[in-house]
Amino acid sequence: MKLLRLVPEQTNFRFMHWRVLSFPLSAIVAVLAVVLFLTVGLNYGIDFKGGTLIELRSKSGPADLAQVRQSLGALNLGDVQVQEFGDPSEVLIRIESQGDEEGAQQDVVESVRATFADDYEFRRTEVVGPRVSGELAYAGVLAVGSALVMIMFYIWFRFEWQFAVGAIITTFNDILLTIGLFSLLQLDFTLSSIAAVLTIIGYSLNDTVVVYDRIRENLRRYKRLSLEELLDKSINETLSRTTMTSVTTLLALFALYFLGGEVIQSFVLAMIFGIVIGTYSSIFLAAPLLMLMKLRANAFDRKEDVTSPSKSA
Amino acid sequence: MLHFARWKIALIIVVVLGGILTTLPNFFPASTVQSWPDFMPKRQIVLGLDLQGGAYLLYEVDKEDYKEKQFIQLVGSIRQALRENPRIGYTGLGIQGDGVQVRIRDNTRFDEAEQRLSELVNPLNSGVFGGATVNEFVLEPQGDGLFRMVFSEEGLDMRLASVVSQSIEVIRRRVDELGTTEPSIQRQGTDRILVEAPGESDPQRLKDIIGATAQLTFHLVSQEMSASQALQGRPPAGTIVVEGADGQPYLLDEAPLLTGEELQDASVAFDQQTNEPVVNFRFNTTGARIFADVTRANVGQPFAIVLDDEVITAPVIRQAITGGSGQISGNFTVDGANDLAVLLRAGALPARLDVVEERSVGPGLGQDSIDSGKIASLVAAAAVVLFMLAAYGQFGVIANLALAANIFLIFGVLTTLQATLTLPGIAGVVLTIGMAVDANVLIYERIREEARAGRSAIGSIDAGFSRALGTILDANITTLIVAVILFSIGSGPVKGFAVTLMVGIFTTVFSAFTVSRFLIAMWVKRKRPSKLPI
Repeated sequence: MKLLRLVPEQTNFRFMHWRVLSFPLSAIVAVLAVVLFLTVGLNYGIDFKGGTLIELRSKSGPADLAQVRQSLGALNLGDVQVQEFGDPSEVLIRIESQGDEEGAQQDVVESVRATFADDYEFRRTEVVGPRVSGELAYAGVLAVGSALVMIMFYIWFRFEWQFAVGAIITTFNDILLTIGLFSLLQLDFTLSSIAAVLTIIGYSLNDTVVVYDRIRENLRRYKRLSLEELLDKSINETLSRTTMTSVTTLLALFALYFLGGEVIQSFVLAMIFGIVIGTYSSIFLAAPLLMLMKLRANAFDRKEDVTSPSKSA
Repeated sequence: MLHFARWKIALIIVVVLGGILTTLPNFFPASTVQSWPDFMPKRQIVLGLDLQGGAYLLYEVDKEDYKEKQFIQLVGSIRQALRENPRIGYTGLGIQGDGVQVRIRDNTRFDEAEQRLSELVNPLNSGVFGGATVNEFVLEPQGDGLFRMVFSEEGLDMRLASVVSQSIEVIRRRVDELGTTEPSIQRQGTDRILVEAPGESDPQRLKDIIGATAQLTFHLVSQEMSASQALQGRPPAGTIVVEGADGQPYLLDEAPLLTGEELQDASVAFDQQTNEPVVNFRFNTTGARIFADVTRANVGQPFAIVLDDEVITAPVIRQAITGGSGQISGNFTVDGANDLAVLLRAGALPARLDVVEERSVGPGLGQDSIDSGKIASLVAAAAVVLFMLAAYGQFGVIANLALAANIFLIFGVLTTLQATLTLPGIAGVVLTIGMAVDANVLIYERIREEARAGRSAIGSIDAGFSRALGTILDANITTLIVAVILFSIGSGPVKGFAVTLMVGIFTTVFSAFTVSRFLIAMWVKRKRPSKLPI
């Protein structure tokens, strides 16, 4: 049986050459993402903004969105969004935070419940008060920040500083692009989105580390190669693995996207996007960045003997 | 890398079998599992509230409300202290901003006043080593006869801590009385209480029961003027206007005659004439004595029963009530009367609690999420399995066996640790399925390379495993760092995601380096291959 190969057995792409394209391209996209974030902005969910989210399902037939909107309007709750959610019988209602009074949101839930209890099933109710939402936002920023710092230290400890900086820039780029995607599509940015961003960080680094690992190994083995050739060789050698793993992960995530239900769809969409850009950045950013930082070819010389191929245990 | 000691082989088999056995109960209904023989594991995975349906309620002590209550009491104590013989004249006693102020009229008696007020700072025992005491209030002489009393920071913290403990006790008693659900109630941070009620899809009644302060007080209705007069001007000193359940205002003596703390019991009964539900209550001995004295002294006057700043009923005292029991009637429904009785029996909350976060999921959505999660996981696993077969042939079979072992281990560990599986947790499992084969991919690609570099089949396999090890560890440790951070900051569902991710990382590394390697070693032993099948 002929085995499936995503990329030919031996590739000789000159990735370093393409950095004249990939660097400006990534920079432009990153700037665009920042601009999107600053102008359009994230569509913060109730986790960070406070407010109420209610998912209803009509007890018979499709939900009457116009009527739901009208009934909610009569309750005078400020900014209210009503949308269909996955199925014509399901409605998602978002109600803005009701001022700084902590108890006020509860009155909202009570009145909404009283209004719709006869015709709709309450599938999900989420209420986040102003104080908690502030704390959650702080915790989210703290999480992403501390993850970046700790990983930088880990890579610095395991490799050289250039690798740590390269990995952090690459990861940061992935985060920016993900934030840009959230702004562009106006996906709900919630606690699970933070989880998605952190997972993307994990995955993208996973990819980057695999490439860096090979670079380190080749630096020790091939003394004669120029840095450019060596980086190209390393990426080509790991290319088949990089694509294979991206594909299996994407296969799993697509199954989740289409079959996993409406509730986690935007969470999964963010991850799918993250896997794609994570793969791109570990090939076109992570390694070329090392050239930019003038990684010395003998960076790992003092650590161990370089010429003899290691004997396996 | 391809030699395995016997004990290692035994260990691998035991671990994988353990994973399968501990996962097994999850495939059967709980009732079936209970009838299994004793040596079989019976624990099933714990489903998060988002999967089994239920309510997550985070309460916070209303600090301002609590402070105000304490200040009102403090004002009373200061009034009493200064009125004691010999009386010290004062003016402007009241709550000012974040404290209580009073001005002494006669400057020569300043020291005497300070002496009396300083007895009100209310030392609290911090109780850590029995020694240190902290004063609840700080007395701040402002000069010119002015005193100000404010909360000390430590004092307020200690008070809030005990408010939280008391509230938890009260909530637990109330919920137990209600008897319908068994929520977990726990302290969170300094001033919060988390109530998680699985299976409670409409938490409204639960919220009503938990959130009611249930501060019951008995006041005499003031005869100085009518309530509407008081509303137009200012109510006379020592009286307050309280709204009634019937919408009418009442002018009451501010100081209660009695509070709910003196109650011993409360129960639902039906009025013999109207057949309406009423709540019967009985005071303890002290309460009964005070109640008897008060009613004897005020026959013919109305008094008000006030619950959480609302007059429920204001009957006229017809005769002295010496038996220590009474009745509250006020247009109750049966449920309403029952809830009130529960609240009165369980006691009052020491301060108001606000819901600051609520997440409740109905059982319908929970079941839908489980179903779609199951289908998605199966399809994801099938897709990955097929892909691995297509890409690596015989070695793909081995990778898939390792993947199966991995999945059993994940669920086995989650079940054994009784970790909570949430919807994002299921996503974590699916993500792990996708990424788990990464370890195998790294190894196989490495083997391919080594073979291209001219090594023998066995040599390539050997080198492939040993060289891929470092890479696999590096790659997984970075993901582990992320998972640990997610776990430490995340709440509820996100935490569930972090748990499955962490467990997945360990089982992935384990299955790649023991299960895959062992299976390949077996294969090499049997086939003695000269050429690699990949």
